[in-house]
Amino acid sequence: MKVAELTKTLAYGAAPEAAKPALDWIAEHNGKFQLFINNEWKNPSGKEWFDSINPATSKKLGSIAQATAGDVNSAVKAARKAYASWSKTPGHIRARYMYAIARQIQKHSRLFAVLETMDNGKPIRETRDIDIPLVARHFYHHAGWAQLMDKELPDHQSVGVVGQIIPWNFPLLMLSWKIAPAIAMGNTVVLKPAEFTSLTALLFAEICASVGLPPGVVNIITGDGRTGAALVEHPDVDKIAFTGSTDVGRIIRKATAGTHKKLSLELGGKSPFIVFDDADLDSAVEGVVDAIWFNQGQVCCAGSRLLVQEGVAEKMYKKLRARMEKLRVGDPLDKAVDIGAIVAPVQLKQIAALVKQGADEGATMWQPSWSCPKEGCFYPPTLFTNVAPASTIAQVEIFGPVLAAMTFRTPEEAVKLANNTRYGLAASIWSEDINLALDLATQVKAGTVWINSTNQFDAASGFGGYRESGFGREGGKEGLYEYIKRKPAKESKTQASARISGQKAAASRSSAGLSLVGAPSIDRTAKMFIGGKQARPDGGLSHNVYGPNKNRIGEVGAGNRKDVRNAVEAARAAANGWAKSTAHNRAQVVYFLAENLAARADEFARRISQQTGASNAAAHAEVDAAIEQLFTAAAWADKYDGRIHGVPQRNVTLAVPEAMGVIAMLMPDDQPLLAPITLAGTALAMGNAMVIVPSPKHPLSATDLYQVLETSDVPHGTVNIVTGARDELAKTLAEHEDVDAIWYAGPEAGQAAAQKASAANMKRTFVMSATGPLPVMDDILREATQVKNIWVPYGA
Amino acid sequence: MAKVTHLSDARGTRQSSEEEGRNPGTKFDLGPVKDVRVNRSAVERRAGTMSTRRTVKKEHQAAWLIHAVKTIDLTTLSGDDTPGTVKRLCAKARQPIRAELLKDVGYDQPLQTGAVCVYHTFVGTAVEALKGSGIPVAAVSTGFPAGLSPFPQKIEEIKASVKDGASEIDIVISREQVLNGDWHALYDEVKAFREACGPAHMKAIIATGELGTLKNIMRASLVCMQAGSDFIKTSTGKEPTNATIAGSLVMVRAIRQFHEQTGYKVGFKPAGGIRTAKQALDWLILMKEELGDEWLQPHLFRLGASALINDIERQLEHYAYGRYASMQYQPLG
Repeated sequence: MKVAELTKTLAYGAAPEAAKPALDWIAEHNGKFQLFINNEWKNPSGKEWFDSINPATSKKLGSIAQATAGDVNSAVKAARKAYASWSKTPGHIRARYMYAIARQIQKHSRLFAVLETMDNGKPIRETRDIDIPLVARHFYHHAGWAQLMDKELPDHQSVGVVGQIIPWNFPLLMLSWKIAPAIAMGNTVVLKPAEFTSLTALLFAEICASVGLPPGVVNIITGDGRTGAALVEHPDVDKIAFTGSTDVGRIIRKATAGTHKKLSLELGGKSPFIVFDDADLDSAVEGVVDAIWFNQGQVCCAGSRLLVQEGVAEKMYKKLRARMEKLRVGDPLDKAVDIGAIVAPVQLKQIAALVKQGADEGATMWQPSWSCPKEGCFYPPTLFTNVAPASTIAQVEIFGPVLAAMTFRTPEEAVKLANNTRYGLAASIWSEDINLALDLATQVKAGTVWINSTNQFDAASGFGGYRESGFGREGGKEGLYEYIKRKPAKESKTQASARISGQKAAASRSSAGLSLVGAPSIDRTAKMFIGGKQARPDGGLSHNVYGPNKNRIGEVGAGNRKDVRNAVEAARAAANGWAKSTAHNRAQVVYFLAENLAARADEFARRISQQTGASNAAAHAEVDAAIEQLFTAAAWADKYDGRIHGVPQRNVTLAVPEAMGVIAMLMPDDQPLLAPITLAGTALAMGNAMVIVPSPKHPLSATDLYQVLETSDVPHGTVNIVTGARDELAKTLAEHEDVDAIWYAGPEAGQAAAQKASAANMKRTFVMSATGPLPVMDDILREATQVKNIWVPYGA
Repeated sequence: MAKVTHLSDARGTRQSSEEEGRNPGTKFDLGPVKDVRVNRSAVERRAGTMSTRRTVKKEHQAAWLIHAVKTIDLTTLSGDDTPGTVKRLCAKARQPIRAELLKDVGYDQPLQTGAVCVYHTFVGTAVEALKGSGIPVAAVSTGFPAGLSPFPQKIEEIKASVKDGASEIDIVISREQVLNGDWHALYDEVKAFREACGPAHMKAIIATGELGTLKNIMRASLVCMQAGSDFIKTSTGKEPTNATIAGSLVMVRAIRQFHEQTGYKVGFKPAGGIRTAKQALDWLILMKEELGDEWLQPHLFRLGASALINDIERQLEHYAYGRYASMQYQPLG
């Protein structure tokens, strides 16, 4: 009479999803999985294989090929060959393939879900209800972008062969985030799954072949870090997209520096989950469950730092502990399990070590009374209270089901704590007061902000980080730019005429330029400009500046590390206020700059001629172009709008372009006035503070600018000018942790060095040549901003 | 602990010992009502994943379904009810599942529903038909379903049903008081109902489908509990929207909050539109997850339903015999 007994306990019992479809699929391949290159299955040239293990059972699922550098080369070759025709395949045809892929994924959704769960250890509920549906959605959504590319992105084209390296926490989902936009935009792909979780990528490869995707468009090569390194270093790869740890991201940043490879990095996080006293606390508790006990906490955007308003902290903790008692950890194939297996023993060990450290450092640890299964890699949900912001568990990404809780008293303090991290991937804000919630949303440094929700994803919304969480976005229109480049540029008329006449004049090397200076004048010392004040160089040294005939025309200060330090400090102090000032106000300031520049047009024209030898007419043309450029920048200030993404949730998802923060700008040599005006003026209009390093060759137009800045209501510290040796200053600026982006114009070696050094805090880089046409406005605007997606659910 | 309001009655000691478990109510307290915060999207997300996070299969499912039967308030509330249909329903309440099927499922104990729920007119018929079974008779009252009868008449209706032998009274609240935020008036009225109920247990129907917002559902739930409701119940079954998991989630959270604040345990009854075994399991999961195992028992949980049992029988048949069943094999209520 078992049923009669069971009515007394009303326990859940086991509810296993059948493993058979996945096991059958593995058996069809005799448990051995080759490399997918050119739509063919190939043995690894090194004849090396490794095991894929089910972390819930510790049993081997199959043997996976270890791709060598030679195999990577074959895959890149196949992708290169396919690129020739795929990039020319009409968008509509690409859309058809992608639509077919989406359909196939849906048709085999359960097989994908079961296989993913067995390979990764995450609960079947998640693979079935979240991962796989989002994968299909990603391909559908990007099939649409393939269809619309000609109309919506007429000035852009595909990048080429894309190397993609993805992590083990969302194996197929991350594959879709990478492959869908890449092939939609006409690129071909070589993708390496994480070595712990290769299987669904290989099943996906079969689907690519089955829908008739042309050979070489998608290549899947399996292997460990060696394979990834070979892909990153391959000279014929045009772009690397990576999702994974910040440490590996840093290695990739350095490896690709100066190679002209486009790069997008989606890295770690330590995302705040902020709960105010006017939040729906019961719902916030469920939010925490979705934040840190989703996918065993192995989520880059996991809400791993709980910040609770002090007055409700104990209440919140009590509710949380009660909820944690109800969580079920166990067989991930069980349909009634909340937390599955940690991906591998090495990860389990790391989690346990960090938890121990958290306890050793004095935080209060709490775990539910029940115990985890003994077999397999399991770890219980863990709550730390009394966590100090300085402690390890408050700072380090644990990548496990471990929550570190802290309290705050005021919204201001909440922002401070939330932003007290090297990362900036996501944030979750809980309050029933929309004023408060949106106020916080604008202040938190994170690529995604979820209000009264968490871990919401959709293909229509961009996802990506601020700070050391990486750069680039995945999803939404903003994500497409990672997989496209501008078609060979057509210069604007004014830019072209200014440049061409300037070149002509320089070529003629007439002495007329000099004669324009006229009679001997009072010595004018070009100082640096820091924090709204003219400043002498810390080192007390100056460089000579020469005109076109090697004649000495002036001196500029030789800036050093300390000048950079001071300038960045000033910029940081000004950045917040300037970013928060209204777009209208910023436009007014930039217009005012134009007005004051116009008032000194003759003087600036003379200066250009003096430096470059440009004719009077050409110099005036450059000044006019600069004035017009300031008008353009001012015009954009209140028109560079975001988007509202059409996600399926009942939600307003606001994609808001925000200022980057502090930008270091090393200016080109050509067009000594127009270049700084174009770059700095645009950045200024978008709300950035900056440190400008004028062209070492022609610095005087830029240094003259501070007098215009001083008269134009530009807030102190917003624009700082440090003169000196370009590459020496670039190094200090690129390494500086308080600089958010670096724009470098200069020789290739210098570009590479700047990109490499920027790996320190994973700052965004924008490199260009010291000569030739300037980047187009659209690109400058994009580089001057980063997109924050704010999810605002609604419902009475 | 707030003072236990009244409850005399000369029915003896058994009655008063039962009283000890009841919610006596509290003084009217606007504080918690004003403090209510409900985020609809977040509530719906939790409600939507409740039954994707939990499920019961095979023998566990059979056990849960049999248990569900024990919690059913088997209900007929139709304009064309007659003593004949009520008697039929009572017979079904006494023997909800065919004996032979129960045996084959592996359940060898007596099984009957939690109560039978009828209009006042048929209380006497039902009491008579259920004599000796121990199955309580519940009466819907206070101008059910709209609740717009004159107040004295509502009180009299309760008293009449209790007099006829109803031991559970399902009252309806005045929606107007919720919609206009007249919380004190709501408290006073429900408290008066509770007093009129005397020893009979009172279930307060808050009519979730007519309150406009989840926030109102939460606030009305708290006020009804302050006023001494033994149960709070979702719906009359006559509103355009009946019991939903989201609305229920808010109500059980209110029950949890009230329990935390006062120590009193209040029961929950979803009603209206619950027709399938799967739905019954969804509500049991909700109770187990949000309130715990004690709230699965009939003294704290009832499912208001008229046709649910037949679907449960079909699922049990499938469990016992491994084949899909036809409705024609399930005896009507």
